Amino acid sequence: MSGINQGSGSDVLDVHERARFEQLVMPHLDAAFNLARWLLRSREDSEDVAQEAMLRAYRFFRGFHGGDARAWLLQIVRNTCYTWLEKNRPVELMTEFDEELHPQPSVSPESLAIAGDNRERLGRALETLPPRFREVLVLRELEGCSYKEIAAITAIPIGTVMSALARARQRLQRALTQPPVQEASREL
Amino acid sequence: MSCDYTRTALHGYLDGELDASRSAEFERHLEDCRDCAKALEVEESLRSALQRSSLCERAPISLRKKIRADLDAATAAPVAQRIPSWRWMAVVASILLVAAISWYAWPRPGTGTARNPDAPPFTAAELIDAHIRSLQPGHLTDVASTDQHTVKPWFNGKLDFAPPVKDFSDDGFPLVGGRLDVLGGQNVAVLVYGRRKHFINVFVLPTKEPDTPIHPPGLRQGYQWLHWRHQGMEYCAVSDVSVADLHELAQLIYQ
Repeated sequence: MSGINQGSGSDVLDVHERARFEQLVMPHLDAAFNLARWLLRSREDSEDVAQEAMLRAYRFFRGFHGGDARAWLLQIVRNTCYTWLEKNRPVELMTEFDEELHPQPSVSPESLAIAGDNRERLGRALETLPPRFREVLVLRELEGCSYKEIAAITAIPIGTVMSALARARQRLQRALTQPPVQEASREL
Repeated sequence: MSCDYTRTALHGYLDGELDASRSAEFERHLEDCRDCAKALEVEESLRSALQRSSLCERAPISLRKKIRADLDAATAAPVAQRIPSWRWMAVVASILLVAAISWYAWPRPGTGTARNPDAPPFTAAELIDAHIRSLQPGHLTDVASTDQHTVKPWFNGKLDFAPPVKDFSDDGFPLVGGRLDVLGGQNVAVLVYGRRKHFINVFVLPTKEPDTPIHPPGLRQGYQWLHWRHQGMEYCAVSDVSVADLHELAQLIYQ
């Protein structure tokens, strides 16, 4: 991955660095929390992990030499989330990303619009996707990240961001237009 | 052009990530391929559903507070706070020094110095003087009230602008009151907020300059200030509270 250097950790920063952090990084706290929230699917866990990630970002802050502060922060948040998932819910990470791109099932824009108008249903459909599909959709559609930013944050090559999004959107459409069979497993 | 290829290109097109020639190529293809045109319509409908959904979740205020506490713990205290016995002398000396230096160093309107357009229309010395004066007994507020609906109308008729007044008690910055003051030869409104046992003066005056973000803090041992412009008003928040606290209040006002 290029361009983003997390730098080496340092425990204590001075007030000037603190002010710079407040100005450059703190405005992206909502984005950080939102990404953690969708990766972990639990408010409580995502608060803990976002808190940990912000402190990590602060300790790494000397290694940030300008550039895209949001992508830099989200990359740290994502790494912290995956570390947490590996430790606490390893099963969730076992889904294969390289799924075949099946021919589009016939979904009409109208039926999709109706399904999509239900916020709860849309949120639930998004939650049923494997984390690697979910994160590209959250970054692209909820945070408005560019392909370059998505590549930097998720550590997938920029050339594959487009096909990752294509697959993720297809999965979401399927989850939305199919009857919600995964209701029960969600509660785990 | 095969439709397997365009199925993927369609997403680059939807996201505005194709270069001009590939984008034009795809548009030509769309005219002939009904499948792709329909698929694009489906994707657009999904996107607008996602964007309308308000699925974005904001960080709760409790989390914000916990993070600020973590950051405080990981931030070194300013030098002035580490030598308590010298503290008062240091504060007095540094104020004099700051006043003297900034009298020369800060560009003043009309002196011919190239003025930084982002700087406030008064000097650091005037600002700190006004802040210190306000802390002398009986000078802090002209109207003492924690009710924004008492403080705001109090300014009516006393100034030719209406400063925005808001109480932030719930966020730990209770409104203490308001007063009139003079800064850089202009009448200004001052909102006074409390933070634990400290006071924060927020000077407000109208401006014709465009909005700015909250500028990096002005730091002089003992006192700090933050300056910004928002919606036709110039703000300067001054206090001896931590930069983090000052920044938190500035952001609350900015919103």
